[in-house]
Amino acid sequence: MSTLEIKDLHVSIETEQGRKPILKGVSLTINTGETHAIMGPNGSGKSTLASTIAGHPRYLVDSGSITLDGEDVLKMSVDQRARAGVFLAMQYPVEIPGVTMTNFLRTAKTAIDGTAPKLRTWTKDVKAAMAELRIEPEFAERNVNEGFSGGEKKRHEILQLELFGPKFAILDETDSGLDVDALKVVSEGVNRASEGGNLGTVLITHYTRILRYIRPDFVHVFVDGRIAEEGGPELADRLEDEGYDRFLPTVAAQA
Amino acid sequence: MTNAELTEETLARETDAAKTGDTGTPGTGRASDVRRIAGMNEEGEQLSEINPAGSPLAGASAKAHSHGGGAGIPDSSRAGRLTSYHTADFLAITGREEDWRFTPLKRLRGLDKVTLNGAAPVIEVSKPDDVRVQSVDRSDGRIGTAGIPEDRVSAAAWEAFTEATVVTIPADFVADSEDQVTTLTLTGAGTAPAASHLLVHAERNSSAVVVLDHRGSAVVSENVEIVVDDGARLTVVSIQDWADGAVHASSQQIKVGRDAKIKHVVINLGGDLVRITPSARFAGPGGDVEMYGLYFADAGQHFEQRLFVDHAVPNCKSRVTYKGALQGQDAHSVWVGDVLIRKEAEGTDTYEMNRNLILTQGARADSVPNLEIETGLILGAGHASATGRFDDEQLFYLQTRGIPEDVARRLVVRGFLNEIIQQIKVPALEERLRDAVERELKAGAL
Repeated sequence: MSTLEIKDLHVSIETEQGRKPILKGVSLTINTGETHAIMGPNGSGKSTLASTIAGHPRYLVDSGSITLDGEDVLKMSVDQRARAGVFLAMQYPVEIPGVTMTNFLRTAKTAIDGTAPKLRTWTKDVKAAMAELRIEPEFAERNVNEGFSGGEKKRHEILQLELFGPKFAILDETDSGLDVDALKVVSEGVNRASEGGNLGTVLITHYTRILRYIRPDFVHVFVDGRIAEEGGPELADRLEDEGYDRFLPTVAAQA
Repeated sequence: MTNAELTEETLARETDAAKTGDTGTPGTGRASDVRRIAGMNEEGEQLSEINPAGSPLAGASAKAHSHGGGAGIPDSSRAGRLTSYHTADFLAITGREEDWRFTPLKRLRGLDKVTLNGAAPVIEVSKPDDVRVQSVDRSDGRIGTAGIPEDRVSAAAWEAFTEATVVTIPADFVADSEDQVTTLTLTGAGTAPAASHLLVHAERNSSAVVVLDHRGSAVVSENVEIVVDDGARLTVVSIQDWADGAVHASSQQIKVGRDAKIKHVVINLGGDLVRITPSARFAGPGGDVEMYGLYFADAGQHFEQRLFVDHAVPNCKSRVTYKGALQGQDAHSVWVGDVLIRKEAEGTDTYEMNRNLILTQGARADSVPNLEIETGLILGAGHASATGRFDDEQLFYLQTRGIPEDVARRLVVRGFLNEIIQQIKVPALEERLRDAVERELKAGAL
């Protein structure tokens, strides 16, 4: 079992008006085999947490720690974190002109594993994973994310999750912009990756609908850079009924 | 505007005014204005001594009808550009001309000013038996087949060359394997300003690949004539892999016969200032022009590529794809793509595209696509230009997939340029260019 541990994490960004704190003391422990849903209103810091774990240079860690089995993640470069087993499925996957999906997947797999995958089994694995995610074969020769629809981009993020086999996956609003069919296909992919209990999943979402397909073990509600409430899957059901209103001070005042 | 055009413009206005009493309102039909001036109706040819006006070589394909530049904005039509075999017909270059506005003239090392009597690059040839390569003097009747110099530096080379190299692909000859590639290796013979002249002639229904491989140190203005006879298929790859400090201007004029096809590839890798100006003209319907270009400019290098496709004949096709990568302080690339579809060129199908990838701060890419359309009866005409930066988000994305920064950068640049490299279809050459790209990337890694 592996453990990703976030302790009292404070993160800020540089803005034109100066430094702005986003995360104000977040603690979270994720073990492989667990699925954690992080929910919350827009601007509560959910995506900041995802980007900070992955090491995006825009996010400045003021204090606190992130460790993976005791190793200091904050000291690792972005690519080192990925090789250590952290995978970020992005909310807005980036287009990489000139690099085909095939070339990209092989290069990344080689980087993560430290050795090139065996060509025959690899090609077979890629094809099979693409078929499961209902990705047409011709995408293999298209440039990474270039001209993909929102749904196609998200499927390709999950394709990578399945092929790279990380220890921890952070899915940043993977459900946003997906229609019901795509949501189902993508959720099945995440569930396949979690099978066997070797993946810890952090599912960041604004809506509860993905939680009908991916059952979380734990639900954390983010409000204003802190975890405001934690619980089991029943908390998600409650949020479905009540929304985030009770966490928002202005609305509460009006009520 | 070029000074030559300015002169012509002034003349046209004066004539106009004299005839009509008008002051020459900008925006009126320039074509008819120009035709009223004796000796100026087909300006380039009238100045020619080598090809008399009646010669089919002189006119029909090179300058079927001339508009001058549009009144008011004399530079607005590429059709109006002066062509001449004589340096004296072109005014001194000031840098304000459309044609020269991006070029650092001081770094031309006199190519636009002095007599080009330095030693021309030495040519070594590797070829299949059937292809003929001859060294001829300037009186050879084949010289001047493809076109007339379009700028002062090209005219200077025309005036100064003493010997030309003529490559002839015989009729019906088909080079069907890689060892049948014809390669001319042109090695610079020093830095005294020099002139060089080449002619590549693919006779009827032949099929061949010719590589012009420029190396070493040189300050040279070069004219390359490329003549593709009816039904022939020719690939010409011009590689500029010069030593640091080399200065090279190359006017490459292409004449494409009926149902003939040219694939023209420009590769700019080395040199201080390299300026390649390919122009393609059609001599009969059914012609097909593909132009590809790849450049990789490092700190301080100026690579300029200005091309022209002149559709003056019906039912011809052209495709232009140039891609460049730039890195380092004052790396500068210029791409100007002029495509002209004249009134009589019905059924034209054309598309031109330029893409640049800026890898570091301090580099600059200028990209100017110009499309002039004088008839609506065409199959298609389009252009595209985009200059992007290898940006932090792309890098971050690739790094989150475990790919280290240097590998990520290589992956992107290789992928970007490979689109051009894979068009060459000569495996050894493709390999060499991929290696060259790797070398550039390594050199650029900080």
